[in-house]
This record gives sequence, C-alpha cells and structure tokens, in this order.
Amino acid sequence: MNIEQLLNRDSFIERSARNRARALLDAGSMRELIGPFDRVTSPWLAQQKLVTQSDDGVVVAKGTVDGVATVVLAIEGAFQGGSMGEVGGAKIAGALELAADDNRAGIPTQAVIVFETGGVRLQEANLGLAAIAEIQSAIVDLRRYRPVIGVSAGTVGCYGGMSIAAGLCSYLVLTREARLGLNGPQVIEQEAGIAEFDARNRALIWGLTGGQQRAATGLADALVDDDTAQVRSLVVDLFRAGVPAEHRSDRYAHYLERLARFDTAGQPEAADVRALYGKDL
Amino acid sequence: MNTANHTSNGGTWLDLLAGGADVYDWPAVRVRDASLAGAPARFIAVVPDAANRFPRARTGEVGLVEGWQLAQAVHEVINADRASSNKRAIVAVIDVTSQAYGRREEAFGIHQALAGAAGAYAQARLAGHPVIGLIVGLAMSGAFLAHGYQANRLIAFDDPGVMVHAMGKASAARITLRSVEALEALAQSVPPMAYDIHSYASLGLLWKVLQPSSASAPSSDDVALVTTTLEAALADIANDTRKYLATRFDGEHRAASRRVRQLLREQWKGETSA
Repeated sequence: MNIEQLLNRDSFIERSARNRARALLDAGSMRELIGPFDRVTSPWLAQQKLVTQSDDGVVVAKGTVDGVATVVLAIEGAFQGGSMGEVGGAKIAGALELAADDNRAGIPTQAVIVFETGGVRLQEANLGLAAIAEIQSAIVDLRRYRPVIGVSAGTVGCYGGMSIAAGLCSYLVLTREARLGLNGPQVIEQEAGIAEFDARNRALIWGLTGGQQRAATGLADALVDDDTAQVRSLVVDLFRAGVPAEHRSDRYAHYLERLARFDTAGQPEAADVRALYGKDL
Repeated sequence: MNTANHTSNGGTWLDLLAGGADVYDWPAVRVRDASLAGAPARFIAVVPDAANRFPRARTGEVGLVEGWQLAQAVHEVINADRASSNKRAIVAVIDVTSQAYGRREEAFGIHQALAGAAGAYAQARLAGHPVIGLIVGLAMSGAFLAHGYQANRLIAFDDPGVMVHAMGKASAARITLRSVEALEALAQSVPPMAYDIHSYASLGLLWKVLQPSSASAPSSDDVALVTTTLEAALADIANDTRKYLATRFDGEHRAASRRVRQLLREQWKGETSA
C-alpha cells in the first residue's frame, strides 16, 4: 500500500463490529437481529455490578453477500475484550444453527464470523465455555453446506476457545495486525513462567502468532491489508470458491507427520515453523 | 502396547470400562475398542505422560500431538462406519488438567490441533455416532472443548476431584484483575464462575450426575453404576432425533440462552431492509 492509498483507505480495523458487518454485506441488505433495542444484556455482568452493553458485544447481521443469504456474526472487541458470555455466545451459536437449518430446508445460507475476542468471558466462565462448544458444533454443522468464513483484523486478536472455533472455519482471513492463538501471552507467562513466554515481548507475540506468520504457515488462508474493500472482496471470492475439499481441522495426518519431525528440545523461532509447515502442507 | 501404569482418574476408568490392549501405541491418548450394551464402542482417555516430547504437556494436558491424535482416533471410527447404519458409540473418559500452555504450542498452532479434536467429535455426533462424555476428574477449558464437550450427553461424578472450568484460578484472577480470594468469593454467588460440580450441574449442561464411592479408587459397584448409566445414555440418545446440543439449553441458569434463541427464531425470517 503506498502513502496515497494509505491515506485514502477505509480501515476495517477502525470500524465498530456493526460497521464491519454492514461493510461485508451487500449494500443495503443488512438487517440486525436482536439489536441493541431488544436490550438482551448479560445477567451475570449485572449481578457482579459490571457494566453491561445492550448487544452484549455481538452483532448478528443478516443480509446477502453476492446475492446469497449470509449472516455475519461480528464480535465487538471494545466491549469486555470481545469476551464470550452467555448472551453473545448464544447469539453466535443460535444464528449459525438457524443458518444450518435453512440449508437443510433448501435455502443456501452462509456465515462470516468476525473474531475480535479474548475467548471465554471469565465473569461468566462456564456458560461462556458452554456457548463456545455450541458455536463449534454449529460451525461444523453449517460448513457441510456452505462455507463459514472467519475474519480477524485486530487489534484484540482471536484467543481462547474462540481460536479453536476459528480453526474450524472453512476459511480464515487475517490482517498483519491480527493475532491468533489459544493461550494469550499473559496466561502462558502466568502458567509457565516468563522464560517460557514473555508477555511484554510484542515482536515475539506477532512473530509467532501474527497474521503474516499464520498465513505463511498455512494456519490461515489469506493475509489482507487493513482495507475494507479488500476484506470484502476476499470474502466474496472465498464464498465463490465454495466448501473446501478438505477442512484444515481434518488434516490430522499431515500435522502429526510434521510435528514428529520437530526437535522439541529447543524453542521454535518463526522461521522454524515456516520451514516445518511451509506452503506444501 | 501400554496397558497399565496410569495415575490419573482417566486412566483408571479407561481400564475399568474398557480392558484389553490399546488401539494405538500412543502414551498420552489412550484408545480402547470394547463393547457397551452389547455393541462395539470406542473409549478414549487422555492420561499424563511424564516423558512427553513436549515438556508443557506432561501432566495430562491436551497439547498439539494429543489434539491431532484425538482427531485421528475419532475420524477413523467415522470412516470405518461410514457405510454402516450401526454407528458405534464413542465414550470420552474426561480427566484433562488443561490445554498445554507453552511457546512451542502457540508457535505450531495448538488452537488448530484442538479444532481437529473438537471438530472430529462434532462430526461423529452429526454422523449419528452416539458420543458420551464421562467426567471423572478435571475438565478444564480448551482441553474439555477438545475432549468431550461435543458429546450428545455429559455425565459427571459428584466428587471433590471433579472440576469443570474455563481457566485455572491464578490465571483467571490475573486476567480479570482480581485477587484469587476475591475470585473465590464471587464464585460462591455466581454459579457459572464456580469450580465445583454442583454449581456446574445447575447450568443444565450435564445429563446425569453420579455419586460413586470413589472417583479415584472405584469399587465394583461404582463400575456397575457407570456402565448402567452409559447404557442408559445410549438408549436416551437413540430415542432423540436431535443430533445437536439442544438438550443442554434447559438448565435453571440458562434462561438467557433460551431467550436469545427464541428471539433469533422470531426475527430470522423477515424482510431485508433497504
């Protein structure tokens, strides 16, 4: 991206979850379900005297992409770190369940999930975890019919149980600013010590788990600039490509074979992961 | 083949419910083919492996290799029964301390390995395999998502060593900017935050809670109780046409989950606004 493009671009990262959803859908096609005026908020945050939000940090937007019925589930990273509680989790799982039902009824319906999430909302711990299991179930169900595309742009990243959900998507699109991993750096440092992972070392975090590295190692399908038109265009192309012949999450034989080759005595650098996984995996 | 030498509840119960040799020569992911209610069934447990090549996965964690091996163990059953109308049961014996926390794990994409496992269990369920999760010890966070949470029915022991949670207490305290003491106090009054099995049961996610005399040193009566319950779970699944997780939405503390699904159904169809 040159300077002129940079100045004129329409940043995807800087958009709210609602505006991200609107931008991904065909112009004028968006209809929000359980919007802020339905006021379905987290009963558990309220009980703990924490601030609630009238959409619980998840936007469910129905519309079309390329004329095909599409539901966008956009997580708002600015509310509680994009964490998954009971309400937000049920919005995502429930919408994916209905999309799968529509396919069974002969109405092709596809989904985009915009991941900006630290994973389970710890104030709703076990209900967040349960909701994430239900989201995972629904992704696996729906992806049999139409692609489920995951997008993570930043700046929160995609962590915890929701990174597993991202790993179940048919396609995953990341920006350079995005991070994708199971355990956040702070949690690894807490559990395993600073020698294992220094949570303040940002170069290390992005080097190993950033969008560029994930795309280079095949753990994401595409790297995209922080440009709304490019993100949308990529989503359109991936939907046109249809359900992949083999989902990444089904490739156990390939990954086991590669992992067996790694000498676990040392810690891997980003280049080691690229060498092991490469583009031929 | 490994046949003995476990210390975890998971290993103990795997041996009691499914004797014989392991299907694979894997130290941490233990797979046995046995019978349940007179039909073939596959039993799977993740057990501690002190010599694990990955140092952060030596005490019963689900790591990179374990995640992908769980995927393999489940996919091979799906493939073997693809043409059959009798889909064999899969029993996940659950005692998993956590996912593996480490730099190697993040670098090589442990999230993808656990997606392999969770996805395999979900596909087995959708293909018509009865999948049962039997919680005999810890069922923590990402490890539980990978091993057991996709089951048609979840059964747990009422035992002090049994715990279900999203994150260990020290880490949960750090991330939520609370002290461990404050976190424990909150957990007393907020059921989804609690670590004990009674609070968990109040969420409605469990099909049955059992009271064996001991989860770690079970009697023959305990084994009989569990076997009978697994058989009952099979029958319950067979009588249920729903292959998704709808049986989990009825709990006392899941009113918001029901309300959200109700509203989504009401609003799903409808005119697209201009």
